[in-house]
Amino acid sequence: MQGNKTKQTQETLPSQRSATAVAPVLCVKDLQTVFHTQDGTVHAVNNVSFSLQPGELLGVVGESGSGKSVTVMSLLKLLPIPPAEIVSGTVEFGGQDLLKLPPKELRELRGGDIGFIFQDPMTSLNPVFTVGFQIVEPLRLHMGMTKKQARVRAAELLDLVGIPSAKERLKDYPHQFSGGMRQRVMIAIALACDPKLLIADEATTALDVTVQAQIIELIKELREKLGMAIIWITHDLGVVAGIADHVAVMYGGQIVEYADVNSLYANPSHPYTQALLETLPSHDEGENKRLLSIPGQAPNLNKYPASCSFAPRCRYRFERCDKENPLLRKISKTQRSACWLEKGKK
Amino acid sequence: MSEAKTLLSVSDLKIHFPIYKGILRRKVGDVKAVDGVSFDIHEGETLGLVGESGCGKSTTGRAVLRLYEATAGKVEFDDTDISILSPEELRATRPRMQMIFQDPQACLNPRMTVGGIVSEPLIEHTKLDAKQREDKVQELLKAVGMNPSFINRYPHEFSGGQRQRIGIARALALDPDFIVCDEPIAALDVSIQAQVVNLLEDLQNERGLTYLFISHDLSMIRHIADRVAVMYLGKLMELADVKTLFSSPAHPYTQALLSAVPVADPKIEANRKRTLLSGDIPSPANPPIGCVFCTRCPAAQKKCFTVPPEWRELKPDQFVACHFAE
Repeated sequence: MQGNKTKQTQETLPSQRSATAVAPVLCVKDLQTVFHTQDGTVHAVNNVSFSLQPGELLGVVGESGSGKSVTVMSLLKLLPIPPAEIVSGTVEFGGQDLLKLPPKELRELRGGDIGFIFQDPMTSLNPVFTVGFQIVEPLRLHMGMTKKQARVRAAELLDLVGIPSAKERLKDYPHQFSGGMRQRVMIAIALACDPKLLIADEATTALDVTVQAQIIELIKELREKLGMAIIWITHDLGVVAGIADHVAVMYGGQIVEYADVNSLYANPSHPYTQALLETLPSHDEGENKRLLSIPGQAPNLNKYPASCSFAPRCRYRFERCDKENPLLRKISKTQRSACWLEKGKK
Repeated sequence: MSEAKTLLSVSDLKIHFPIYKGILRRKVGDVKAVDGVSFDIHEGETLGLVGESGCGKSTTGRAVLRLYEATAGKVEFDDTDISILSPEELRATRPRMQMIFQDPQACLNPRMTVGGIVSEPLIEHTKLDAKQREDKVQELLKAVGMNPSFINRYPHEFSGGQRQRIGIARALALDPDFIVCDEPIAALDVSIQAQVVNLLEDLQNERGLTYLFISHDLSMIRHIADRVAVMYLGKLMELADVKTLFSSPAHPYTQALLSAVPVADPKIEANRKRTLLSGDIPSPANPPIGCVFCTRCPAAQKKCFTVPPEWRELKPDQFVACHFAE
């Protein structure tokens, strides 16, 4: 079903180069995920590569349908297979390729060494079990604690994420918590087994701004205390600016720009990143300038990209964009961009 | 702005939803969704209404169109009190006030064509024949930046942004004066949001529309609104023109809200001081006795827990509900 299966290798990413001293926690190479549907194959993730240092926070931004969630779901095979299929790629974590692990070993990693926070705290908590039970479960499974030990640890965790009178609240059911509190419970569950890697998929999107600010502060604090690596998926460029070390911008199932957070915002290199930042209303003065918008629609992913998927909406489009699909390449010390434009040319 | 004619005037609007409990379904209390809200909207302006989820902003938006019956208070549209109009009189006023909904997927009937959807208000309220209606629909689709030949397509064939445009075309069908935009961009992607906001602004300039723009996105409100009202737990906290509100917010809640909005600039983010609010929004069924914000207010004092603050004019055109704001 992939007529165009040219193997594309990419240069190593900046964080890998500097990683001579410390081995990365996670190293993803050439990940490709497709969905086989009645209307054909959807190429949701194409040739995604990135790596994560211990303690690093990678922000993944992109619009809906850009493949951010599918990328992280693929890492742990959390996708329904079929219709999904992970066509190629390697996901190195703790010296093994997660994609080749048997289901049982993978299950041991999920919720153990790798914690997951999902977008909607209501649907990802089980409504018929108490919050305490749901935090105790991974502790007993992965850490082999006794019931008593686990309950003590669960109360500590709830306390850690800032839930008042933690011990009593263990007996409560998810519906007895507010949205922000539920998200804190989710974070407590994800942190239960001291993960080396935490994946947060739109963890604050469903929350109000004031509660979002609380959760972000909490994550910053926990990161300092526990030192795990985090992948933070969001569509909100503001949130990423506040917490990320590196940012990967996704479009049409590919990473189109990968850069250190300061250079990305100060000097975006990919036309899509540039356009995305320009569409935001300015934050310094309330001038009534006209908003810049990106014309056109998000790409259709039913073909393996043979050309640049942003080309139809790009203001710098030229011949080569329609003929070849650009891969991530080095633009400066801190930035990589998937664009045929010469660097610096705008 | 202050010389402009007042198009809509809301005074002391209250909407309470009863709570029934027990086998006999006895009324045990009220959810005070909107509890004493007053504001004016001038002709041709955009009033932004912001607040967190559950604060009653959508309920307010619906109540000013009388989609909910008010428990108490008055809504005057062009000097007529619409809350006491008879059904026939109300129907005659409806063409002048329209609404754009949040979810463009849910507000369009999937079994109707675009033409059917946009011409429905024309069938209800005008005497145009089929040919005239089709012309009008095509004109409307052009006005919202869509290809008029899409008239026979169904909503599922369009993307979110295009569906929102169809919703806007429908709202414009009867040449309204006033449109309530209830989170029109919340369900859209960032790159599409700007398209829709620009369209709304263009239409306002061309047709002299007046908007009540409900949103929780403060940066977008800052861009589109002339004046902004901040709502919390069914009450207005502050109302001021957009510059004053964003440069010198008087109410502690407004201050906290503004400081919580993430800014897309890592340099600013790194040096920002946040006023973090503790806790969550209380239940509107059982709001605090004094100021509704007292449970989370960083500056709350004894008085705040017992006496509800008055809605007072702090400076010309800046209203605030706080005992201590200055």
